[in-house]
Amino acid sequence: MKKIYYVFAACSALLISSCGGNDTETSVEGQLEGSIQIDGSSTVYPVTEAVAEEFRAVQPKVKVTVGVSGTGGGFKKFSRGETDISDASRPIKDKEIKACEENNISYVELSVAYDGLAVLVNPQNDWVDHFTVEELKKLWEPAAQGKILKWNQIRAEWPDEEIHLFGPGVASGTYDYFTEAIVGESGASRGDFTASEDDNVLVQGISGDKFALGFFGLAYYEENKDKLTLVGVDNGNGAISPSLATVKDGSYAPLSRPLFIYLNSTAAVREEAKTFVTFYLNNASELSTEVGYIPLPSDEYAKQMAKFETFVATVSKGMEENDSAEESASEEGE
Amino acid sequence: MNNLQRNKIKDKAFKYFGVTCTFFGIFILGVFLFGIINDGVSRINWDFLTNLPSYRPKKAGILTAWTGTLWIFGLTAIFAIPLGIAAAIYLEEYGKKSWFANLLEINITNLAGVPSIIYGILGLEIFVRLMGLGGSLLAGSFTLSLLILPVIIVATREALKAVPLTTRTASYALGATKWQTIWNLVLPASLSSIITGVILALARAVGETAPLIVIGALAYVPFVAKTPLDEFTVMPIQIFNWISRPQHGFTINAAAAIIILLAFVFVMNGIAVYIRIKAKKKSH
Repeated sequence: MKKIYYVFAACSALLISSCGGNDTETSVEGQLEGSIQIDGSSTVYPVTEAVAEEFRAVQPKVKVTVGVSGTGGGFKKFSRGETDISDASRPIKDKEIKACEENNISYVELSVAYDGLAVLVNPQNDWVDHFTVEELKKLWEPAAQGKILKWNQIRAEWPDEEIHLFGPGVASGTYDYFTEAIVGESGASRGDFTASEDDNVLVQGISGDKFALGFFGLAYYEENKDKLTLVGVDNGNGAISPSLATVKDGSYAPLSRPLFIYLNSTAAVREEAKTFVTFYLNNASELSTEVGYIPLPSDEYAKQMAKFETFVATVSKGMEENDSAEESASEEGE
Repeated sequence: MNNLQRNKIKDKAFKYFGVTCTFFGIFILGVFLFGIINDGVSRINWDFLTNLPSYRPKKAGILTAWTGTLWIFGLTAIFAIPLGIAAAIYLEEYGKKSWFANLLEINITNLAGVPSIIYGILGLEIFVRLMGLGGSLLAGSFTLSLLILPVIIVATREALKAVPLTTRTASYALGATKWQTIWNLVLPASLSSIITGVILALARAVGETAPLIVIGALAYVPFVAKTPLDEFTVMPIQIFNWISRPQHGFTINAAAAIIILLAFVFVMNGIAVYIRIKAKKKSH
């Protein structure tokens, strides 16, 4: 019984002592301290994780943590000021912009890499050579539910067999992006498909079913080339298969998407966060390739860097003006 | 004669049915274990246990994940066990039968079946935001304590109920008070069943992912938590994260982490069995 008291005592002591701790930034010989909270998309996570890990080698005292609440979940926290950076696999939505405005959060959007969405079929499928965007729309739009059930309903020469659809879960940015690009409205699709948040489950599903069709991030195809067949998509300029080259030069449209990080303005003036974002943009090209994504063209990184620097400059200027204004006024809130 | 033979056949048939059922479960478990051990056991080494998470599958380790799980386990045990057992003692031994007691009973039983993510949402609003604990170990273990409290209460009540009335009346007959009876007779007699319930509940807490992700437990944490107010990650989140990555190397890591988590639960159960045997010896 005595032991339990010790544990209690230890816990409460720790509690009290940790309250006094404060994350201050003191630069001792270029070594920064502090912490950076990141949350958001699980698609962007591998890139951010890689950057955070490499950053640790340069600035070991900055505590960078990364969560995987999803793009939407990440923005919820971001708009409350609970995180410094939000990972996103789609641009911020109007609703989320409004939430940020209500809480006086200003931010900058930076793209860090591309992800191609691949359309896949089973290797035994010998009839599909490519899809047109129109065909994909006909197959995935909400009106198709319960109606477009067989392959020959998409193209008459295809077999009179049931089509089995696989796709990412409706909460994912991947699903949002696909529906936006193909159906024309984010989040609008038929509901009668097998959905999974885990893309490896989709790989399993498609590789085990001759009449399956599905879509997910290109990286999952790259790792499972022997189990899946990649299908090109025709957007009016002939069928194009996703690859490093076609995604990077934008010819694989409309199914290649940029991945973003969003930076909160209060973080943009903190030395450790500024250094981290600079490091991110400088290394995203190499690290995104390493984790299976496609880097932006190098001049695009330069553009993002310029955008970031302008944002930092504007925020710092705004802060100085605010400071002088506050000095004359009485103290208001925090 | 005929009837007797028929009954014997029925008896045998049921026996084999029962054996089949038992082995069916064990067989499935065996297949899972074999698959996981086959994939992951060669990946387990000292580095795997002491390395930080990494985007390179071969370099990645589970140091922050297993220490986080240990923290969560310890804190949840500290909060949930005393509360749960005390609540059960009150409800079973002191509470009077009334409409209110009935209402409580129905609610507690219902709470045991509420999906864990709902507790996560509750924890997010109350502990993370209202109490301002953030995505800390404390918020996580409070949330998991809520999650397993109903389980502990229900299990403890069942254990208390199983203590025969004669034991209690004998104690009263000797002039013992209610508390003396509970402390000296009822609790020791039911201790082994209570511990079983507690361990089952804690094992559930250790395996939870969803509520912790909701309250803000992270995936990449490059430091070991030092205080209950630190941010954290746990083994199931790390496993989930690795399983959903495209690269095969992460699948192997996930298998290895699953083995470690299984071993952790196994050791916990072992300790519980040991305590139970000791408790039984004492009460006899």
